Amino acid sequence: MAELSDAVKERLREWTYALGGPGTRARLEKLTPPRNEYGVDPYGFDAEYAVAAIAPLLWLYRKYFRVQLTGIDHVPSEGRVVLVSNHSGQLPFDAAMIEVACLIEKDPPRALRALVERWVPTLPFVSTFMARCGQIVGTPENCRRLLAADEAILVFPEGVRGLNKPFRERYRLRPFGPGFLRLALESSAPIVPVGVVGAEEQAPALFDLKPLARLLAFPAFPITPTILPFPLPSRYHVLFGEPIRLQGSPDEDDQELEQKVAVVQGAVRELLARGLAEREHVFW
Amino acid sequence: MPSAPITFPGMPGTVIVTGISGNLGRALAKELHTETHVVGIDRRPFPEKPRDVDHVQVDLRKNRVEEAFRHRRVDALIHLGIMHDPRMPFSETHSFNVLGTSKILDLCVRHGVRKVVVLSSANVYGPRPENSSFLPEETPLMAADRFSDVRDLIEVDMYAQSFLWRHPEIETVILRPVNIVGPTVRNAPSNYLRLESPLTVLGFDPMLQLIHEEDVARALALALKPGLRGVFNVTGPGEVPLSAVLRELGRHPVPVPHLLVRGLVRRAFEARLTSFPPEEVDHIQYLCIVDGSRFAREAGWSPKYTLRDTIRSVS
Repeated sequence: MAELSDAVKERLREWTYALGGPGTRARLEKLTPPRNEYGVDPYGFDAEYAVAAIAPLLWLYRKYFRVQLTGIDHVPSEGRVVLVSNHSGQLPFDAAMIEVACLIEKDPPRALRALVERWVPTLPFVSTFMARCGQIVGTPENCRRLLAADEAILVFPEGVRGLNKPFRERYRLRPFGPGFLRLALESSAPIVPVGVVGAEEQAPALFDLKPLARLLAFPAFPITPTILPFPLPSRYHVLFGEPIRLQGSPDEDDQELEQKVAVVQGAVRELLARGLAEREHVFW
Repeated sequence: MPSAPITFPGMPGTVIVTGISGNLGRALAKELHTETHVVGIDRRPFPEKPRDVDHVQVDLRKNRVEEAFRHRRVDALIHLGIMHDPRMPFSETHSFNVLGTSKILDLCVRHGVRKVVVLSSANVYGPRPENSSFLPEETPLMAADRFSDVRDLIEVDMYAQSFLWRHPEIETVILRPVNIVGPTVRNAPSNYLRLESPLTVLGFDPMLQLIHEEDVARALALALKPGLRGVFNVTGPGEVPLSAVLRELGRHPVPVPHLLVRGLVRRAFEARLTSFPPEEVDHIQYLCIVDGSRFAREAGWSPKYTLRDTIRSVS
């Protein structure tokens, strides 16, 4: 994937424009991150590569998960912002759908920087794909630097605990860690809560094969009805909530912060409840 | 690319350069000798030495090194006398690097040298999958965690850091430049980039930072600036994916799956088919990108070579 030939990239870009509908091309051309003569920004984000690489994800977005979008205007067009979402579905398609939504459905588009687990850079192809699409290892230093540069970061405070939770616990949020909140307070960035409904049903985990996960150094190895966590075509509902601006010091005790974390977690929970009430069926 | 040598008010009058016979040392001598009196120390001879440069040919660990400090007032010392050779017995490089550094720094104290510049490397942080994108100078030096041979490099850096705190009367500057490349450089990154068909790790394409050897010489000269003190990363003209560097140089990479590549390189190294120890694979798999903004801000540093020219300088 790192070495997609120019012809393949060009064809993928055409596919992105076709799936995105009229005006997509003009909108995506407004995406002008800093880039050097080799087409990348200092983190390795390559906008041209990303427009090509999202084609299959955009197909999933339009044709497979048929994403129902609410409140995309709550994502500010510029300035630092932290998007906070629930996490589910064994494989992070929820992250991909949120990012595609912000690229395709917003005018001008907004390229999100999703924070990935620290073991992702050890995965072949995935590591390169992530970097060229603007994703980055979720260290506090990386977040600070990106927020200081007025970028939009996408955080899943539940982490893999949320991603790989068993099916019987679907739509029950795992406790949010306070890290994202400290960063948001430090850089006085607004927080946009995001709720994703549908990802829980894409790959229901029956159980977690822990010994194999340990052997492969994966965070989990869920066994799903399709054996491997290949997603089923559940219908996605992605809801963006109103930006939350919290006041306070990032150096407060965890207990103090927990109240603020609870505000954000409550907002995400509310979005999930709305999405669940809205949907008529898991698959259509 | 000729350009005016680095100079500033308060340029020290006499500067000792250890390791002057190496490629970087010679580039530095060329940069400095028109602006100040340069005295070289190296156990190797210095052929084609500029006439106004003095050379003391002696091993850094020998007592005779002190000759370089006698009969003249030494204002500054630039310590490049660090050796890297994966084929050399570790005890020998370790003794040369660590003992040599402590000896030369002690002499600086004894002879009242006011400025000491030690060349370290951004490799002391080590390429690691969990690295942040831009490592600041405070990052723990974790390179030896995955590659024990670099521990003498880390020890030299740490020794220089403790020297910096123990001797507030001396302005100590520790420079950690990113991968040094250039037409005459023979270090691991340059040798790798010179390969016609270099191995790469299938599915990995980390960002790299390169700096031209002449830019490093200029950074070393700039570090002599009065008032400058501390530890600094030194970056070149930017960050670029490994694949783009190889493409720019017209190389034909041979991707090898990551589960096999280290075993393969180890076999080749043991059979003396390659000069790369298997641990070097980390550099073409994981990130080691540093933040050079402190040196830019405090010393006014900016590289002279563009990204493209820096890359092309290895061919």
